[in-house]
Amino acid sequence: MNDEITLTIDGQAVSVPAGATILQAARSVNIPIPTICFHEATSPLGVCRACVVEVQGWRTLVASCVTPAAAGMVVNTHSERVTRSRRTILEMLASTVDLSEAPEIQLLLQEYAADLQRFPGAERRAIPLLDDNPMYIRDYTRCILCWRCVQVCANDAQYVFALNFSGRGFDTSIATFYDRPMPATTCVFCGQCVGVCPTGALKTKREWLLEKGLLPEEKPAGA
Amino acid sequence: MAEINPLVLRETLSRYAPQGRTALLPALHAVQAIYGYLPEAVAVEVGRALGVPLSDVHGVIKFYNLFHPEPVGKTLLQVCTDPACAMNGGEDVLQAIRLHLGLTEEQHTAGDITVKRAACLGLCEHAPALLVGQTALGRAQASQAAELCQGRGYRPHALVYGEQRRLTLNCGKGRPTTLAEYEAGGGYRALRRALEQSPAAVIAEVKASGLVGRGGAAFPTGVKWEGAAQAAGDPKYVICNADESEPGTFKDRVLLEEDPHRLLEGLLIAAYAIGASKGYIYLRGEYPAAQITVLAAIQQAQQAGLLGPNILGSNFCFELELRLGAGAYICGEETALFEAIEGKRGYPRLKPPFPTLHGLFGKPTAINNVETLCNAPFIVEHGAAAYRQLGTEISPGTKLFCLSGDVLRPGLYETPFGVSLHHLLYDLAGGVPEGRKLQAILFGGAAGAFATPAQLDAEMSFEGLRATGLPLGSGVVLAIDERRDLRQILLGLARFFSHESCGKCFPCQIGTRRQLEILERLARDAALPGDAQRLSDVGLTMSDASLCGLGQTAASAVLSALRLWPALFD
Amino acid sequence: MSAEENCVATICPYCGIGCNLELHLKGDYIYKVTSPFDNPVNHGNLCVKGRFGYDFVYHKHRVTTPLVRRTPQSAGARTQAFDLSEWQPVSWDEALDLVADRLVEIYRRDGPEALAVYVCAKATNEDNYLLQKLYRSLFRTNNVDHCTRLCHAGSVIALQQAIGSSAMSNTAAELIHPDPRRRPDVLIVTGSNTAENHPIIAQMMKAAVEKYAASLIVVDPRRLELVDYAKLWLPLKPGSNVPVFSAIAKVIIEEGLANRAFIEQRTEGFDEFAQSLEKFTPEYVERVSGVKHDLIQQAARLYASAERGAIYWGMGISQLSHGVASALALIHLAFLTGHIGREGTGLNPLRGQNNVQGSSDMGGMPFHYPGYQRVDNPENAARWEQAWHIEAGGLNRQLGLTTTEILSHAHPGGVRALYMMGENPMMSEPNLNLTRQHMQQLEFLVAQDLFINESGAFADVILPAVSFAEKDGTFTNTERRVQRVRQAIVPRGQARPDWQIICDLALRIEARLGRPTSAGWNYAHPSEILAEVARNVPDYAGITYQRIEKLGLQTPVHDSNHPGTPFLFADSFPRGRGKFYPLDFVTAVEQPDYEYPFILTTGRVLEHWHGGSMTRRSQLDNLYPEALLQIHPLDAEMLGIADGAPVCVASRRGEITLRAQITEKSTVGLVFIPFHFAEAAANLITIDALDPQARIPEFKACAVQLCPARDEDLARPDKRLERGRY
Repeated sequence: MNDEITLTIDGQAVSVPAGATILQAARSVNIPIPTICFHEATSPLGVCRACVVEVQGWRTLVASCVTPAAAGMVVNTHSERVTRSRRTILEMLASTVDLSEAPEIQLLLQEYAADLQRFPGAERRAIPLLDDNPMYIRDYTRCILCWRCVQVCANDAQYVFALNFSGRGFDTSIATFYDRPMPATTCVFCGQCVGVCPTGALKTKREWLLEKGLLPEEKPAGA
Repeated sequence: MAEINPLVLRETLSRYAPQGRTALLPALHAVQAIYGYLPEAVAVEVGRALGVPLSDVHGVIKFYNLFHPEPVGKTLLQVCTDPACAMNGGEDVLQAIRLHLGLTEEQHTAGDITVKRAACLGLCEHAPALLVGQTALGRAQASQAAELCQGRGYRPHALVYGEQRRLTLNCGKGRPTTLAEYEAGGGYRALRRALEQSPAAVIAEVKASGLVGRGGAAFPTGVKWEGAAQAAGDPKYVICNADESEPGTFKDRVLLEEDPHRLLEGLLIAAYAIGASKGYIYLRGEYPAAQITVLAAIQQAQQAGLLGPNILGSNFCFELELRLGAGAYICGEETALFEAIEGKRGYPRLKPPFPTLHGLFGKPTAINNVETLCNAPFIVEHGAAAYRQLGTEISPGTKLFCLSGDVLRPGLYETPFGVSLHHLLYDLAGGVPEGRKLQAILFGGAAGAFATPAQLDAEMSFEGLRATGLPLGSGVVLAIDERRDLRQILLGLARFFSHESCGKCFPCQIGTRRQLEILERLARDAALPGDAQRLSDVGLTMSDASLCGLGQTAASAVLSALRLWPALFD
Repeated sequence: MSAEENCVATICPYCGIGCNLELHLKGDYIYKVTSPFDNPVNHGNLCVKGRFGYDFVYHKHRVTTPLVRRTPQSAGARTQAFDLSEWQPVSWDEALDLVADRLVEIYRRDGPEALAVYVCAKATNEDNYLLQKLYRSLFRTNNVDHCTRLCHAGSVIALQQAIGSSAMSNTAAELIHPDPRRRPDVLIVTGSNTAENHPIIAQMMKAAVEKYAASLIVVDPRRLELVDYAKLWLPLKPGSNVPVFSAIAKVIIEEGLANRAFIEQRTEGFDEFAQSLEKFTPEYVERVSGVKHDLIQQAARLYASAERGAIYWGMGISQLSHGVASALALIHLAFLTGHIGREGTGLNPLRGQNNVQGSSDMGGMPFHYPGYQRVDNPENAARWEQAWHIEAGGLNRQLGLTTTEILSHAHPGGVRALYMMGENPMMSEPNLNLTRQHMQQLEFLVAQDLFINESGAFADVILPAVSFAEKDGTFTNTERRVQRVRQAIVPRGQARPDWQIICDLALRIEARLGRPTSAGWNYAHPSEILAEVARNVPDYAGITYQRIEKLGLQTPVHDSNHPGTPFLFADSFPRGRGKFYPLDFVTAVEQPDYEYPFILTTGRVLEHWHGGSMTRRSQLDNLYPEALLQIHPLDAEMLGIADGAPVCVASRRGEITLRAQITEKSTVGLVFIPFHFAEAAANLITIDALDPQARIPEFKACAVQLCPARDEDLARPDKRLERGRY
């Protein structure tokens, strides 16, 4: 009989194997906790903080996707602090990034009644679209910096290390070595990054052209 | 661009190559010193030599303020405009220098000189301050623009005051204490005593002393060392967090510049206590004078058999390495500091696991502030009881306070815990100059909170300040007189955090920018309806949901101002 | 997703890993490919070909009607016609009647030995089963073969001789199994540029090293990407596999690291084998292979002391004139250590094509019926005579000709008619100048394909077939996993699924031959074809389309309740005991000399596939638009060749001009050319020396000379793309 521990989530007793996270525990009994950066194929990093919950006796809220459940823990997944944090995070995201092609986040915006106009005069991510290779485009006006693309390019999947971060803070961006065009990097065009991007910032060129009503053969020469 | 001589480059890199990725920041510092900046071809060689993927090399270069992927002038002139310096005319100095050099708004380089705005340089007692290349200048005036550009001006020297100066015994000479002087005054006796005991006994003494961390978190030092000593893992590390970057803080700078051996002795004691054979001092890159004194002290200690194999003829071996930061306040956060030493962008890690179990390179690590470590020799030499003779029951010993801003005698003040704020600010530091009235005091730095004149009788101790609802933090006491527009000060703090946020977690990455935008409006008298609520929501979200201490305190000053002066935000 | 958007689950048409794809469609247009992250084959990971390389399906060069050559071709004087203007579009009836007429005519005139067929390692199991059935049952010939001959034939023959099987013994995902008792702690990867040729498996190997501290030993003449992850790299000279692996075996025995119990209980022939190792002394081995003894020792100790050691190999072992011996030398290591028959161990030849395991399982070879049943075994013949309603004694019990032999027999009195399904010998056979001569000698040539490739250009008739995206069927991947291929779009023009073309043709041939009973060509759906296979091939007995609807099953699947076999040989080998074979040292036939001082080895690059029929017509070509000669910096320096400069590479058989790429992936004295580019076809230079048993050509070693050339000599002088990947 492997180690099982019991904790309380929203008043409900939940038993999980030792080592499970609070998120896994909640999901095992269908208690919903929203996530944004979390992905089954990447290491959870607790970056978006949408999954924060309140643990009795702990000073700050914790990211449930990376916090191990502990015996006797008392967790509240929808306290006032939690709801405020989630809603504000969503409002801040909406004020920064084009979320029109992020269906899961759209659902959250609705669920938390996020005010999309909350921050007048907010600086938005406004980077020109990068179209530097035959396979996929990078539209970082949609990038929420969820880390997934960098993770799968690194040691969560490909071990290629073509993409990484540039800048810092709000001005962080995803970039290549000295902004080289993609073919001139170690990129092997596996498309893993495209496959995990939640917002359409990374998109296959075909899909992008299709949206414009173009087939690749119709593209202007040299594009 | 200078022609790249591959032989010179490879020769330089060959020193770092065997260490691999951990040598990335040192290697970048070294090659940048040769070429003045980091051209792409040089970065390629660095990546190759150290076996680091190129995109990671680029990511590191772009994270840290002091690495330049684009050409910069031979002389980098950094002018501080953080709270103490801003209040003393730092902005005017910056503009005067730019004017003198004939720079338009988009330009930053004229001839050999590149001008940059700097985050707090840790020279607050000499505000306004600037770094001209590797030369620190203080008390700068806009009229001196021409001289300042040539590196001429007031050279800061330590201003050290106080009562019961245990830690700053040797400070205030205006030069570093030599090994001989340190030993003549009783230095390294504690180390000898420690080596006669078991590590467990040393830890017991430190625990009994009640010493807690001086970097802001105030964690019991003995308990930390015990945790690392008992943790499974090999090798173990001790690290001195000398990345002092909290605006208003300069205490560690003084200790490092004037009495480096005290720190070395503290580190040695810590290493012996936990069973570490290797240690690092992570020193912020903006402390050029401290870099020289610490390196010299390490060399002296090595020559004297106080560092290296078989220290003082015992079985205890300890190697100490100085690592230079590259300009990132976040690297003062312990786990981000580990990332920097490991050669990565300074992103904080999730805790748990805690550093004593899983720290540098995933090994058990005891990381302490400079001031904390400087307390260790006294405790080990004289014992916990003697240590406890000063201070209070809960806050034993002395504390270094950094007084700056609108105060008559800015400087470093050492007093026992338990004195009142009034005593510190008025009796010792001379109060507010020219008879002006005190409006507020910023406690704890940018990540702190405001006190009002109503709280002048607060007791300067952990328990005393907790009762008053104020943070001790790193010991910043920044006086603000009646002239000052608090909104400008808040704006400066918000700028600081927006610039220093690492960008990893969403609340802080975006929140610090949103906070800044709202405060910018406020400072121009253009507040919008609902701005106060916005600031509150953003601030509480950062405080509640951020991944690390930076985000969790990025709004604390703003939130404290919202509570104290709500009318300010209409 | 709107109503006209759709998502179809299928299998990648490129390599043998068999990644699970989700094709996203808008109407008739595939605009995106994803992969389910929870699938056990590739865990949601794809390479550039699987992710982006499907667009050849829409290329304007797709043949959409049956075509007949306008100018009649005659034996000895065949020419290639790439342009559609040289072809007459005809109806299916016309085309199939013409083919049936001609084939039957030649059959009647010259007998079964005059006919030959290339089945297709890219086509489905159903397609392949039916085509070999056609040629065996109707034309009574065993001249059935395909590109497996050029690939793992060496490995397959060796495995059959030593073990009695012909497939990868374990499952690749064991590399990263979360349970440490079920994954390998030591890997030997040899003769495989896994990072480019089986990228998803290489990914798992990297993860095994980085996350689970597995030790990797790379034995390869080139400094491949995996070397960065390796504990040991044995940079042996091409063609010296036998001495190197024999020396490792010798160390294992001499240092007492052999698994005595396993040898005694599960093998035979050990004593004679052990004696035969005498000659592989350290000095001898170093002299012939260039590998120092201490590396041999370290490799031997590491592998032998592993809890679970697994060997993965590729063409560097098989594609040699002693390919069988090379593979045997590897198999011996597993026998000596017992690293076989358990999870996390194994002998794992990485199969190249998406369905080469299947096309071999389906009997697409001259020596075997489906299920590796030897054609010269009367019991097997009788069984298939029954299955195909053929008179007793009707099936041919003589071994047939292999691919290279089929071509070298293309002369009057030999092979007169060749049928190619999805094959391109004019790019994939060695010594293409000679291959061309052979092709020209054919009297009748049919190509059933998507495009007019370099071989189909010689044909009399071209029958348009559909791509993987336009049909249903099954592929069997390198781990023996039979998986479902699903139709996502309608066939282009009049192209038809291969299996339908074959059935249609077979009926017409049967009618002309006047056979009393039909071998059976009426299938409503490919599932019925697989059902026929299941009835007659024990390893496939329990496989139905229903059972593999969600996840594939790994053969052998003994019955309808059997869950499939993730790893083989737990209790015994198919031949009973594993057999040791004493080996001699034979090396590559053509050694470098004064006139031709470099060793040329050939292979693939990540972005392209084999003859290039698919990938040169895909956006993949934009990423890697021209052939590049990989040459070591010191060699380039010595010859005065700059990076990107044109170089002429010549052997005794031919010459090509291409750009040089200076890289440390090559080693001194060794150059590499990928064989995808028709305008600089590497196989013009390679040697057609064959392994005596497997008949596989020695693609991995021949002697060449290099000299600087001019830009004007390049086929596409303007095409140069800067790439940063290793």
